[in-house]
Amino acid sequence: MRLEEVVTLISGKVLTDASDLQAEIAGGCGADLMSDVLASAQPHAVLLTGLCNPQVVRTAQIADVAAIVFVRDKRPTPDVIELANMEGIPLITSPYGTFELCGRLYQAGLPSLEQRIAHEGGE
Amino acid sequence: MGTGQEARRVVTDEAAGHISRVEELSYELKIGDVMTRDVQTLTPDMEMIDALQLLRRHRISGAPVVADGEMIGIISIEDLLRAVDRGGLHAPVRDFMTTQLVTIHWYEPVVKALELFGRASVGRLPVVDENGKMLGMLTKGNITNGTLRALQKDYQEEEVRRYRASHLFQDIISDRTSLILRYRIEPRDFTHGGQASNHIKRALLRLGANAQLARRCGIAIYEAEMNLIIHTTDGGVIWVEIESDHIMMATMDDGPGIPDVALARRPGWSTATAEVREMGFGAGMGLKNIERCVDEMNLESKVGDGTRLDMKIILPPEEMFGDTTPVAANSKG
Repeated sequence: MRLEEVVTLISGKVLTDASDLQAEIAGGCGADLMSDVLASAQPHAVLLTGLCNPQVVRTAQIADVAAIVFVRDKRPTPDVIELANMEGIPLITSPYGTFELCGRLYQAGLPSLEQRIAHEGGE
Repeated sequence: MGTGQEARRVVTDEAAGHISRVEELSYELKIGDVMTRDVQTLTPDMEMIDALQLLRRHRISGAPVVADGEMIGIISIEDLLRAVDRGGLHAPVRDFMTTQLVTIHWYEPVVKALELFGRASVGRLPVVDENGKMLGMLTKGNITNGTLRALQKDYQEEEVRRYRASHLFQDIISDRTSLILRYRIEPRDFTHGGQASNHIKRALLRLGANAQLARRCGIAIYEAEMNLIIHTTDGGVIWVEIESDHIMMATMDDGPGIPDVALARRPGWSTATAEVREMGFGAGMGLKNIERCVDEMNLESKVGDGTRLDMKIILPPEEMFGDTTPVAANSKG
C-alpha cells in the first residue's frame, strides 16, 4: 500500500516536508514502548504511536520504519519534525485513536509487521 | 539585461523541503559555467545565404553579428525564414538581423536565463561581461547539458565517497585493520538520546554493511545508549570497533552499577522511573532486545564501580567488510 493511501484512510495530515507519498508501506505496527518497536517492527512498516518525542524518530531510523503516525491529533514539536526531515521519515498526524487506526488500516488490507517475540522465562 | 536582484528569491523553511536538486543547481550554476564559448559570428556585410550555410555547417540556430569587435545584432532561423519569404537570401545580413539585443551577464545564475527565455521569447542569449563585451552564447540546450553535467558530478562524488568508505578495509593493508568510533553519552540527555546510535548505523551502511546487519547493530547499540542515558550517574561512553569480519560494541560507565545482573537481564524487569517510562523507555526489554541482535553479549557490573556491556557481532563471509564480491550479491537486507 502506498503511503498516500494510508494518509487518506486515516484522514491524516503530513507534517514533514517533501515526504514521498508514493513510498511503499509493507505493513503496520503499533507501540508506545520504543523497545517494542525495536523488538517487533519489521522493516518498512508504518508505526502508529502516541509518543511524540525525538526518540520516536531515532527509533524509527534504527528499526527501518517507513513512516510514523501520531494518534489522536498529537503533534510533535518543530525540532522533532526537523529531525524527521533530516532522517527522511514522514510524520503524519491522525484524529483517530490507536485501536481505530489499526482497524482502518488492517481492514484496508495492510498486514501486521509485528513480529512475535518468544519470551524466555518471566511474564 | 540582468541585475541579479530579480533572480534571488526568499526560501522559506516550508518551501525549502520542496526544492529539488535541479532547482538548487539553477541557482548555483552561473551562466559562464554552461555557455558556449566558441561562438560562430557573422559580419553585417555577409549575404543571408552565407549566414544560412554557416548555421547549417555548425548545426546552430543563430549567431551574433559582429562589426569592429562590437556585437551589433543577431541572426536566428526566424530571420532567415523572413529573408527566404521576401527573396532576400542575397541581401546583406544587416538588413535582416535583430538589433534589439537581449543579453545576459556571465555571472548571473542559470535561473535568471530561464526567466529571460520565458519572458523575452528568444532562443539564445548573447553572454556579456561587465562592459558589455561578448563572451559567449547561451541556449536552453546549454542549460540542460550544464545541469546534467552538474548532476552527474554530484552523483560521482557520492559514489566516490561511498567507494572510499566501503573499500577502507581493502585499501589499507595491515595484519589487522579496525575502525573505532567513540561517543560520549550524557546522563538524562533525552534530547540527544539515540543520536549516537543513528550515527553508528549510518556509518555501518556507508562502510557497505547490508540493511539487516546495520539494523541489528543499530537496535543493540540504541538500547545500550538509552540505558546509559536512563540509568547512569555521570553518563558513559559508547565504543564501537569495526573489523572486516566482526563488530565489537561496548558501553562503559562508572556508576551506579547493577546490584543483581541476573535480575536485570530478566525480561520486563526495570528500575526506570515513571517519567522515563512515559517517554517510551524502561520497559525492561532492552537487554533482551540486545541479546536477540548480537552473537555474544556480556554484562559485568559492580555497585559503586559501574557497568560494562560488551556486544559482539560476527560477520558471515559474504557480509565481511572489504569483501570483493559485488554489492548486489550481498544486499539481502
